[in-house]
Amino acid sequence: MEPHGERPHVPGPSLWPIGFAVGIACVLVGLVVSWPVAAVGAAIALIFGFLWIREVTGDYRGEPREVAGAAAAPPPVVVEEQELSTYSRNKFLELSTLGLGGLITGIVTVPILGFAVLPAFSNQELDDVDLGPLENFPEGKWMETTYLSNPAEGEVSRRTAYIRNNGNIPDRPNVPSFTIISNRCVHLGCPVQASGPRAKQEKKVKTDAGEMLITEVTPAAFSCPCHGGAYDTEGNRTAGPPVRALDRYAYSINGDRLVLLPAYSVAWVKGEGPSALIKRYGHTGPGIHVDGVEAWLYPIQPTDVAS
Amino acid sequence: MAIAAKKKKQSRLVELVNVPLDWLEERSGIIGGVKYFLFRKVPRDTSWWHTLGSATLTAFLVQLGTGVILAFYYKPHPDTAFESVQRITNDLTLGWLVRGMHKWGASVFIILMFFHMARVFLFGAYKYPRELNWIVGVLLLVLGMLEGFAGYLLPWDQTAYWATVVGINLNGTGPFVGPFLAWFLQGGAEIGGNTLTIFYALHMLLIPGAIIGLILLHLYLVVRLGVSSPPWSDEGAGRDRYVVTTNGRAGLVNPAPRSGRVK
Repeated sequence: MEPHGERPHVPGPSLWPIGFAVGIACVLVGLVVSWPVAAVGAAIALIFGFLWIREVTGDYRGEPREVAGAAAAPPPVVVEEQELSTYSRNKFLELSTLGLGGLITGIVTVPILGFAVLPAFSNQELDDVDLGPLENFPEGKWMETTYLSNPAEGEVSRRTAYIRNNGNIPDRPNVPSFTIISNRCVHLGCPVQASGPRAKQEKKVKTDAGEMLITEVTPAAFSCPCHGGAYDTEGNRTAGPPVRALDRYAYSINGDRLVLLPAYSVAWVKGEGPSALIKRYGHTGPGIHVDGVEAWLYPIQPTDVAS
Repeated sequence: MAIAAKKKKQSRLVELVNVPLDWLEERSGIIGGVKYFLFRKVPRDTSWWHTLGSATLTAFLVQLGTGVILAFYYKPHPDTAFESVQRITNDLTLGWLVRGMHKWGASVFIILMFFHMARVFLFGAYKYPRELNWIVGVLLLVLGMLEGFAGYLLPWDQTAYWATVVGINLNGTGPFVGPFLAWFLQGGAEIGGNTLTIFYALHMLLIPGAIIGLILLHLYLVVRLGVSSPPWSDEGAGRDRYVVTTNGRAGLVNPAPRSGRVK
């Protein structure tokens, strides 16, 4: 061994520890994932560990130390000493710490932020709601119907729809037509009320969508208690702050049962009952214009993003 | 002789107090830190108006304490939230008082923030070099009101529910991002069970955490920059004043550089 005097005695640069670290990482991953991976990792760690130890102990075993350029020019080059400042290594470590730290932060943070935001926008479509037999909705009458839009969530998902049986569609004698209006005011989402007499008795109907309450109402209009929005019986705005007509529900008739399909938004309705002409749009939140210049302020709706 | 004995007794008492404090100070420097924080130089003309900030802080600490204890008994689920609040109010010993303190204290906190802001505005205390502290204060005001909005839903009664429906839908009418904000706040396409737990987490954890952080920043800036003197003070800003020698950071060496009077 050569004397090294004041200079610190450190091993030369080596790539073997990196391989060793990869091997150890493989072992750890393998312990979780599968034994073959752990075995491969152990092999890698053993090989690189052996190479590393062989290199580190080279001095003590009397092997010539490999120094770049040592073979060509035995006296060490002193001129370059100034150039080889420790700054670049320092900088490298600083940047790699920042880079690695950033990477780790990203790996940890991105899924967390994803979970913070994405559940509200995915799997939002609701099941169709079975509203029970058609006899519950006699022709020409408005029935205020409350039901659970999502029985799994319970009472918090209770919603109200105003349902009117319009009688049979003229050219299809056996198919009744329905007008189903959502009670969510399209100003800011308060519940609109049927302005008119209300039957004392309410009918309770059990379906797989929980217990429904059906009450006969005779509205001259619909009106909202919060800020005075008013609508006619087709849902067109007649007064107050709402920006469009009341939302409606699509429906289907399954045998002799009425089934509620997803809601849609309505700009206006012309005519009434089975012959009404409805300007419909995708379902949007209250207070949002669906037509006119103001609609440009809402180019995408969450419903377009949610799947 | 008796006097000497009394003095000796007294000094022993002082020692009894001082020894643990010295022990702490030597190892943490915390006593010096507290002294530095509490015994700062302030302008001669400070008045009761300058206590509004501390009053706001006190109101916030009351909210913090009562809120944590209310969380012992509150059950954030749509089926149980209302009943648990009723139980806190009607059944649990002193529950009515703590809930009342939290409910009315929320208004006190907001009102005091406005008074504090008015004081700072009218005294011109937001001017150089304290602009940043004004900005931090505005953020605190916004967060405080968000905290109030989130907390309003938690009793889960009709008022709370419909006020939140309206509040969320107001946000929903914001251009471009509005609908997405509304969906995020209600945790889905419609207000429901998730809305309550989301608002609970916002009200308990996220917003208070942010408020505490900003309050610390707010206080740090107050300590660093010092308290400004009122406009009627003859030590007020903009008047001729004695030259203050500043070695190093002005705020730290002379906590009130604008009013510091060198003898």
